[in-house]
Amino acid sequence: MTEPFIRHTGRVAALPRGNVDTDQIIPKQFLKRVERTGFGPALFFDWRFRPDGSANPDFELNHPAAQGASILVVGANFGCGSSREHAVWALREYGFRAILAPSFADIFFANCCQNGLVPARLLPQEIAELFRRHQASGGDYRLTVDLDEQRVEDGLGFRTAFAMEPYRREMLLRGLDEIGRTLLVEDRIGAYEKGREAGGERREAW
Amino acid sequence: MSARTLFQKVWDAHVVHQFPEGPALLYVDLHLVHEVTSPQAFAGLRQAGRRVRRPELTVATVDHNVPTGDRAVPIADPIAARQLAALATNARDFGVELFDLGSPEQGIVHVIGPELGLTRPGMVIVCGDSHTATHGAFGALALGIGTSEVEHVLATQCLVWSKPRTMEARVTGTLAPGVTAKDLILALIGWIGTAGATGHVIEYTGDPIRALSMEARMTVCNMSIEAGARAGMIAPDETTFAYLAGRPRAPGGAAWARAVEQWRELPTDPGASYDVRVDFDASAVAPQVTWGTSPGMVVAVTGCVPSPADFATDAEQHAVARALEYMGLTPGTPLAGLPIDRVFLGSCTNARIEDLRAAARVVRGGGRRVAAGVRALVVPGSQQVKAQAEREGLDRVFREAGFEWRNAGCSMCLGMNADVLESGERCASTSNRNFEGRQGRGGRTHLMSPPMAAAAALAGRLVDVREWELAPL
Repeated sequence: MTEPFIRHTGRVAALPRGNVDTDQIIPKQFLKRVERTGFGPALFFDWRFRPDGSANPDFELNHPAAQGASILVVGANFGCGSSREHAVWALREYGFRAILAPSFADIFFANCCQNGLVPARLLPQEIAELFRRHQASGGDYRLTVDLDEQRVEDGLGFRTAFAMEPYRREMLLRGLDEIGRTLLVEDRIGAYEKGREAGGERREAW
Repeated sequence: MSARTLFQKVWDAHVVHQFPEGPALLYVDLHLVHEVTSPQAFAGLRQAGRRVRRPELTVATVDHNVPTGDRAVPIADPIAARQLAALATNARDFGVELFDLGSPEQGIVHVIGPELGLTRPGMVIVCGDSHTATHGAFGALALGIGTSEVEHVLATQCLVWSKPRTMEARVTGTLAPGVTAKDLILALIGWIGTAGATGHVIEYTGDPIRALSMEARMTVCNMSIEAGARAGMIAPDETTFAYLAGRPRAPGGAAWARAVEQWRELPTDPGASYDVRVDFDASAVAPQVTWGTSPGMVVAVTGCVPSPADFATDAEQHAVARALEYMGLTPGTPLAGLPIDRVFLGSCTNARIEDLRAAARVVRGGGRRVAAGVRALVVPGSQQVKAQAEREGLDRVFREAGFEWRNAGCSMCLGMNADVLESGERCASTSNRNFEGRQGRGGRTHLMSPPMAAAAALAGRLVDVREWELAPL
């Protein structure tokens, strides 16, 4: 069971970079933990902190206006590379509830949906517009992400819709556990296994 | 039934249930597990009081965080040791076979699966690792999954997946001498982009693909994820069957003949269509070297570092400027001649026996030595690859030339163990990702083929391996 997401209004952090990979989101030295927690402090570690451990003032998440942000607006192909779900755990633990991007890497997108982090795909020009509005506001910018209505708006004239597959949307809206959901059709799994055995020598159906 | 692609046939054969809201419940034939992405999944099972549904279809090994030095020495990193111990406990408690550090079959999960004959045509294979795409070389549908999905597969032996689109990467022409499968896939990624195949499964087709060995096909499929595709596939053929025949976990006797008969039905039917097709001429491919911080930032070794001004959009120009700053490179600099500090021969992309042979061929003969000031590592993909290389005397070739000869693991591909770059060090690497900090914070990675990396080690700089005299085969 994850925290259900129906709608959320929050402060925006903008990271106008494309192809941000999961190695950047959570570097490998933090992957040795055997828990799902403890990753928030390591989010974007190499960008957030200088080699001496101090905060890097140039990094977008360290800007004073980005403190307390819960919605991340980013460039295309966000979350590419490694399958590490630790990246999503880190983003959630840091406080993000939704990520808006022109596109996401496939595995990362699936991982978000498992953890109550809403990945919303907007058009590239809409993301560009959000970056403009965020900058024009001096970083003091808020958005509402409404998953129920599949809508993003800032209350200042920006309003758009986004698509989400009904299965994923329902999972996020209700905070469902995917295993529990699959076990509702467990008899199908058993039937499939029996069918293959009955085919003899695991006869395949292609 | 209408004409179907290889992907469609494997998909159809594994649909357990179609959710009306979109995705399918897909049956998994082989679930590979390693120490880094599994502990939270097993913990979830324990918490919910669930079992592993099909432990006999689940196989575990240790690869990501393991030291590659002396195996008799206790692991220095207590957190890594705890993660390895967790996998040992989980494997024992849940009845899953584990190839641990002491096992002669231990190795990188994507090397040992094929090597043991666990990976077979027509299977659905998953692993909590994005390079699971490797196994698609056998005509399997193999994809990387997250840890929640690992837990789901452990509990149900199924994966929830929305049917992806298909892309045919139709390769024509012939690979030139000195040009490898690694160069082919790097050039292809440079062409279609690192998100070019997002949402798709790629099938690689064409004569140059058919001409590749199984190990070379694995190199191609391995990097499908670097083009954005969760899976890449190659239709099984005689090369595939010859590779699998006699492998310890492959079917034997009458079962083998029946299996081959079934596998022959897998290739895409004439007239079947893909959602997208890209055409690619292999003849034009030269040895490739990445210059930036994304695998798509790649040129021929005969080329130069590009300028941000060469790119069309603001976003690309910013990304290139940022990458050049990180890499410490100036536009217009020829790639050949660039001095390097480190060499890494390894990873699930390029650490199989053929890779080591190809690299050794560059090193062998003429008293060649690793250049002064360069540190070069050879990390075999598995303990079996290591043993085979040692039987062939390749370890001596490398050692005598000044390379370090290690035990199997992921090692410096991702630097989770002690094998990392120092900040500012420049590395010629046979791995798959040149992301910022991937091989160590501030480290600068140039991806290339094993012969190119071996030649770079000897020259102390990037060189065009085609200009090197090779030892006879």
